[in-house]
Amino acid sequence: MPETNDLATLRGIVKRYGTQTVLDDVSLDVAVGERLVLCGPSGSGKSTLISCINGLVRHDQGKIVVDGIEVSHRSGTLPAVRSRVGMVFQQFNLFPHLTVLENCTLGPRKLRGLSRAESDALAVAQLKRMRIVDQAHKRPSQLSGGQQQRVAIARALCMQPALMLFDEPTSSLDPEMVKEVLDVMIEMAHSGMTMIVVTHEMGFARQAADRVVFMDQGRIVEQGPPERFFNSAVDARTRAFLSRILAR
Amino acid sequence: MKADLVRSASAGATAARVLRWWHRNFFDGWINMLLAVGGIWLLATTLPGLWRWLVTESSVAPASYGDCLSAGGACWSFLQAKWRLILFGTYPFEEQWRAGLSTIIFLMAVVLSCIPGLWLGSTRRWFMCALWIAVLGTVMVLMPGGMFGLPRVEHRLWAGLPLTLGFAAIGCCCAFGLAILLALGRRSDMRLMHWLCVGYIEFIRGVPLISLLLLATILFPLLVPPEVDVDQLLRAQIAFVMFFAAYLAEAIRGGLQAVPPGQSAAAQAIGFGYWRTQIHIVLPQALRVALPSLVNTFIAALKDTSLVSVVAMMDLLGTANAAKADPNWWGLYIEPYLFVALIYFALCAGMSWYARGLERRLAGEKKGTQRA
Repeated sequence: MPETNDLATLRGIVKRYGTQTVLDDVSLDVAVGERLVLCGPSGSGKSTLISCINGLVRHDQGKIVVDGIEVSHRSGTLPAVRSRVGMVFQQFNLFPHLTVLENCTLGPRKLRGLSRAESDALAVAQLKRMRIVDQAHKRPSQLSGGQQQRVAIARALCMQPALMLFDEPTSSLDPEMVKEVLDVMIEMAHSGMTMIVVTHEMGFARQAADRVVFMDQGRIVEQGPPERFFNSAVDARTRAFLSRILAR
Repeated sequence: MKADLVRSASAGATAARVLRWWHRNFFDGWINMLLAVGGIWLLATTLPGLWRWLVTESSVAPASYGDCLSAGGACWSFLQAKWRLILFGTYPFEEQWRAGLSTIIFLMAVVLSCIPGLWLGSTRRWFMCALWIAVLGTVMVLMPGGMFGLPRVEHRLWAGLPLTLGFAAIGCCCAFGLAILLALGRRSDMRLMHWLCVGYIEFIRGVPLISLLLLATILFPLLVPPEVDVDQLLRAQIAFVMFFAAYLAEAIRGGLQAVPPGQSAAAQAIGFGYWRTQIHIVLPQALRVALPSLVNTFIAALKDTSLVSVVAMMDLLGTANAAKADPNWWGLYIEPYLFVALIYFALCAGMSWYARGLERRLAGEKKGTQRA
């Protein structure tokens, strides 16, 4: 296999639920350090697509390679893939029975074999970066949505992933908390992290993305740098979507 | 003069407060009034009789069987003569200190284990594990004997409180472990595993415990070759574990269903495999939710140990029956039953009280009000 600059390659991904085809022959390359925004109407398959990348959803056909490792449910490469891929969810999914700090240290301690002191130092550093270190000893339920989402990002970063997936990270936040989450994400983008972000926040796409990918009905319809994507989209569906979402 | 006034005024205020309290709690509205009057009438008719039976007409120690009968009240001298039989049953009289000591250190270890602070930190956890190994080791030397100069006591002679406690404790622990596996299996994606667990749980729940015990003790020896000799106590224990594992599994399944699917997804995304996800993320949350129904089942299990008497084992209820069968004290049965009822009640009430505290603590912990 030739050396490429791609961190993740997806070739001909198909996913069906029963008779419904959610992903229909999707191919995508993500370069190291690239910031990619995935958008599209609900049900277009964008969340399913990124869930295939770390194997949370099992694709039916096609090939996914992350950092040189093929995502395979049969041959047991999932732990290796997941150690390189971090994920942030719409509903935060923090562990409610653990403190903020424990949420961040559990993975490093159990999976990377770090001592308590090492993992605590790592977690504090990431929580500082997310500007939430002062809440380290609270339970998730004591935090606001925006704070919880920043903890969730810190938790993913503690595993020191090569690629970060964001599944609508601001969709379940109150409007006044969206900015605090986007701010730390923009900062992360500027620090060189490879990111795939499913979002409707077009401001974020303009500010931080290298490429915007538009999906509809399980297919990639159009993609390009944000400048071109927002100003001169070719496909009628893209333009309709953009006019709906930018009119808000 | 002034002090008198103040005192009478405050006494008046207190009286008014008491009256208000009575009014608010018992006489506000005619349904409450009827209930209160009915309750008072019930107490008035039963309490004096109970008092006479328990205290004024009862007879203690030197009183003989005849004295008891003529006094007409509770015959405490009967219990004073029989308490060791009720507590330890057929365990040899001269060796009963061993059974008593085992019971006491076991109960002490249980009480110690109920203090959450003693499980915090790995050093204390190791200490608690060492303590339990020491306790169980001591009990396993003391009860059967046959070493260190202690005469051997066969399993079939074990009886009374140690039998009930050991049977219930070991049974509940093993059943709990099996139940976790059954509950996880029932929710498994693997079809075969799923249906095996469903089949097991539904079958066991459809069968009375007594029939399982009889099956284990009577049918089992007929089915296996005679060389395979499984101890009677062990066979009953296995039946008991199999039975309660099915019930506990359903309680745990209820808890598992309350954990949002996003929790496993997040754990998997971090890189946890199936078992680590269950152990670190899903089960800690599920067991908290399931705690009330788990305790409910544990209490039922403790009391259902009395069913082992149908397979010729002498648990606490069995020893009470043995005590009552003594022809020298013929016709006295309320006292031993009252005695074992009080022991059962103390154990169950203790469990239920502790579980209530635990629930409060866990609820506070989740809200973050208890720990900084």
